[in-house]
Amino acid sequence: MSALLIALLSFVVGGIGAVICANRGRWPTMVGVAGVLIGCVCGIVPAVRVVLGKPPQSLRMAWDVPYGSLFLNLDPLSGFFLIPVFVLCSLAAVYGADYLEAYRPKKSLAPPWFFFNLLVASMVVVILARNGVLFLLAWEMMALSSFFLVTFEDEKESTRQAGWIYLVASHIGTAFLLVLFILLGKANGSFDFDRFSTSSGTGLLFVLALVGFGTKAGFIPLHVWLPEAHPAAPSHVSAVMSAVMIKTGIYGLIRVMMILGAPHAWWGWVLCAIGLSSGLIGVLLALAQHDLKRLLAYHSVENIGIIALGLGVGTLGLRAGLPVVAVLGFAGSLLHVLNHALFKGLLFLAAGNVAHSTHTREIDHLGGLLRRMPLSGAIFLIGAVAISGLPPLNGFISEFLIYLASFKGTLILDGVSIAPMLATIAGLALIGGLAAACFTKAFGIVFLGQPRSEHAERAHEVGLAMVLPGFVLAIACVLIGLLGANVVNSMATLVSEVTGLSVPIVRMSLAEAAHSITFVSYTGGALVGVATLLALGRAIALSNRSVYTDVTWGCGYAEPSPRMQYTASSFAQPLTDIFDSLLQTRRVLIAPNGLFPKEGSFATETPDPYQEYVFRPLFHAISRDLLLLRPLQQGQVQLYILYIAVTLLLLLLWQLA
Amino acid sequence: MNQLLNSILVFLILTGFLLLASSRLVACIRAVAIQGVLLGFLAIAAHDGNQSAFGVLLPLVSVVVKGIILPWLITRAMRDADTAREIEPLISYNLSVLIGAAALGVSLWLGQRLLLPNQPTSFLLVPAAFFTCLVGFILLITRRKAITQVLGYLTLENGVYAFGAAVALEMPILVELGILLDVFVAVFVMGIAIFHINRQFDHIDTHQLVALSDRVR
Repeated sequence: MSALLIALLSFVVGGIGAVICANRGRWPTMVGVAGVLIGCVCGIVPAVRVVLGKPPQSLRMAWDVPYGSLFLNLDPLSGFFLIPVFVLCSLAAVYGADYLEAYRPKKSLAPPWFFFNLLVASMVVVILARNGVLFLLAWEMMALSSFFLVTFEDEKESTRQAGWIYLVASHIGTAFLLVLFILLGKANGSFDFDRFSTSSGTGLLFVLALVGFGTKAGFIPLHVWLPEAHPAAPSHVSAVMSAVMIKTGIYGLIRVMMILGAPHAWWGWVLCAIGLSSGLIGVLLALAQHDLKRLLAYHSVENIGIIALGLGVGTLGLRAGLPVVAVLGFAGSLLHVLNHALFKGLLFLAAGNVAHSTHTREIDHLGGLLRRMPLSGAIFLIGAVAISGLPPLNGFISEFLIYLASFKGTLILDGVSIAPMLATIAGLALIGGLAAACFTKAFGIVFLGQPRSEHAERAHEVGLAMVLPGFVLAIACVLIGLLGANVVNSMATLVSEVTGLSVPIVRMSLAEAAHSITFVSYTGGALVGVATLLALGRAIALSNRSVYTDVTWGCGYAEPSPRMQYTASSFAQPLTDIFDSLLQTRRVLIAPNGLFPKEGSFATETPDPYQEYVFRPLFHAISRDLLLLRPLQQGQVQLYILYIAVTLLLLLLWQLA
Repeated sequence: MNQLLNSILVFLILTGFLLLASSRLVACIRAVAIQGVLLGFLAIAAHDGNQSAFGVLLPLVSVVVKGIILPWLITRAMRDADTAREIEPLISYNLSVLIGAAALGVSLWLGQRLLLPNQPTSFLLVPAAFFTCLVGFILLITRRKAITQVLGYLTLENGVYAFGAAVALEMPILVELGILLDVFVAVFVMGIAIFHINRQFDHIDTHQLVALSDRVR
């Protein structure tokens, strides 16, 4: 525990240090990054040890705040969620040091580093806290510090709008959590998690947790802040937010489910339904996007859906008394948390490289970047393969576990209870296929072909500090993929804690899955070997011949231009057309006319349907009704004092009368 | 002793009315200074004999700060800002006095209803303290000049202080000192703020600060 306290101290000192030396050139960056790095190195050791089976550690101190206590506890679940926090935050800090450098002449870098350190510290406290008040305090600090990071480029109207949406969404979620913890605390007379025990009304508490934590995690339809906030934030911040911060929502949900005890069957059904809708709608909306980071944000929604599917299947297995299904479902879900953190962080960093180098995130303005940015292209490719769930990379392992859980469930169960299992199998397959299509589009349009604009033509590889973090993450993705069996086996203590099953049973179920995964890893290894051999053979065969390149798909055109290439929307059109009723894509077509048409244009836009048809009208109505209160705000100090004085006086009179 | 206490309290109420009725800033500042001195005596009189060393020291400090230093600071700020009168209050002086009379009625009624752990030595103590608070509020609400705002704030604090003398025989001395320091710093800061507002806008009419609000108009 002391190592974690040192880590927290290091984050705080780094953050405050960055502010203190705000006016000294590169100092804020260096102090801020040093704080994050030292803290992450200190913190990751105990986190890994506790996941691998060391006994949990805890710390409990009195605190002056009513109902609060400084109660921290490091158990396997906390440790497991802390690992990606430390890995991603340290890499993102290294990346951010270089990424933010371009802003230095215009802006002070002390605030972003202060808030970055604060964000890391608050995430660690959220995961360690075992007291409702402390948890909510850290939760709110996390929301606020990330809000200030999102609005870093606050001179842009769109960024301010995104920050506003994020702030409102966060607070709506927190409101539900507040009710949840007050109910729990009221029933038990204490806000410490270990005193919470519930017998009745767990259904309501579960729904509150689902909405509150789901807002942070990005369950549909509560996901609307993700596609706004992620593109607006600086890339290393989007990486941290998407890879780790939204996972605190998943962490909170699992933690509350553990507190609530024996699950109802409908929890599993609800989680499966949410997982399916988030996964499918997330990937479909991603397919229709033109902004690279917005596309990635929608993929976060999709992957959160996959995680929820695993939780749902696991819950159903637990309810039905099937340890294998429960173990594999929860293990798949948890492993996907780690995996998504790795490859989504990687993808956001790579997308940041593209944006940094080309100054645009419009996919249709890019193209041919693989030649100009080979390293960034390579890591983006690895991330794309991993997120599509293709073997032998890590995304496959976790999805495979969820598949396996659903198949076992389908084989053992009968009647109506196999419906969610079957839906999970079908849904996962569809989601995986669409994700692969989407990343083929993203990688193909951005990195292959010819540059579509000057932005892309002038692109250049970014500095080493912005490539290396991506490479570390790529290697982690490959290693988890190839060593999948070992990773799965080492999760026994963790899964046993979450499911409440005994360690030997968990170990047995995991070993069975690991056995199948070994085959996949071998095949994957063989595939990599064959590919290497083929590449080697090609190199040898071409070594003595002259090689020249020509325009791809000449197609008989005398003067092919980059504008004749596939665009992002034309590539995705066959798929988006099928789901058009869901996506409601807007098309603006000016058709070419006559024999020698002069002008013609076509543009598509796919706004978020929930934002467009649910939240915008809703908030519009609310703000219209609240306008009636506007006359109260006159901007005169005297009037405000009058309000206060009259209120106080009336309260006093009412009390005494 | 009770006779003395009651006369102090009546004086306190009268200074409240003087604050409400006067248009001249100098008179208002003097009224607040007199209040400060009265409160010092009040603290001694209310404790009826059994005095500790601190019980004498604290009123003395309070008299010095509230009766001498703060009025001097405000007078200086007034001279710097070159204003001698509250020209247009939001409501007329007559109306202020009428509202003050109503406030006194409310205070007297409250004084009867309010149950205190230890009965104060005079039945006037709670009403007078409460009335002084309300006068402070009325000043804050109806006056425009930054200096009258400061005076309102000080009056409000005087009321709180008088109430403290009424409620607790042994009010924690640290708390009293803390409040005193608070007020001192607040007035000091306000003095500086008034000076800067005046230099920036050529007047100290807080009403004009509305232009700084982000209200859509």
